Amino acid sequence: MVSKSAGAAPELRSYLTGFCLALLLTAIPFGLVAFELLPRTATLIAIFIAAIVQILVHLRYFLHLDFTETPRENLLAIAFAGLLIVIMIGGSLWIMFDLYARMAL
Amino acid sequence: MTLSTATARATEKTAAEEAGFENRAFGFWLYLMSDAVIFALLFATYMVMVGNTAGGPDGKALFSLTNAFAETMLLLCSSITFGFASLALVARQRAAVQIWLLVTFILGAGFIALEIREFTGLVAQGAGPDRSGFLSSFFSLVGTHGLHVSFGLIFLAVMLLQVTLRGLTPQAASRLYRLGLFWHFLDIVWIGIFSIVYLPGVL
Repeated sequence: MVSKSAGAAPELRSYLTGFCLALLLTAIPFGLVAFELLPRTATLIAIFIAAIVQILVHLRYFLHLDFTETPRENLLAIAFAGLLIVIMIGGSLWIMFDLYARMAL
Repeated sequence: MTLSTATARATEKTAAEEAGFENRAFGFWLYLMSDAVIFALLFATYMVMVGNTAGGPDGKALFSLTNAFAETMLLLCSSITFGFASLALVARQRAAVQIWLLVTFILGAGFIALEIREFTGLVAQGAGPDRSGFLSSFFSLVGTHGLHVSFGLIFLAVMLLQVTLRGLTPQAASRLYRLGLFWHFLDIVWIGIFSIVYLPGVL
């Protein structure tokens, strides 16, 4: 079975695995915030990690991204978009908060 | 084997048609990546503006964790029900495709209903997009996502009608495949929204 336009064949097991993992990765950050189980900084870090992992879970199990079956150009496109996103979000925050800090002096 | 190639085989499309569908899938993928860049900029704007409340209410005063959780669950469930529709499409079960598309539509409409209720509630208590930089960026980010979901609902309704009237044609299968990419993509953007807007806001 060779793929041309996206990832691996959609399978019931793949969707159900993704759904269970996504539920877990949603329940953890919401639970941490609702019951205030951790200090603020630790909670923020946990939310961030859960979000990144859940995005990867969605890409793998719902969008069926796969390093062997997804065509190279689709992977290149998402890698390039990821690079742009990191530069733009990271760069904006760096510049703007540096500016805030300088204005406060 | 992808959805589009699976259905291609089942309906004996010509090679040229199949290449056309593959190109459209790739083109749609590129569109989604550019859309991701737009959302990334809206996220960056929100993160910069989140403290600029101009003396108005902040996230802690405005956001409801319960509402955000309900929206998250509706969207996540609609993602899995769309997955079931995709599986039914590969299995060539027309009735199952229709049912799962309808369920997905209802869940998506529920999400939009909750979002509209939240937005009108905010505006009614004087926390509209004109109140502060924080609220402008909040409405831009979450509103853009809501508009995408609304267009997804129109797309879903059109495809439901098309499958009902014409059956699981190769064209419908190819469009459903792209709609699936769009729908799952919107759920990914929502992960960013609840993780960056609602949870830190309520905290």
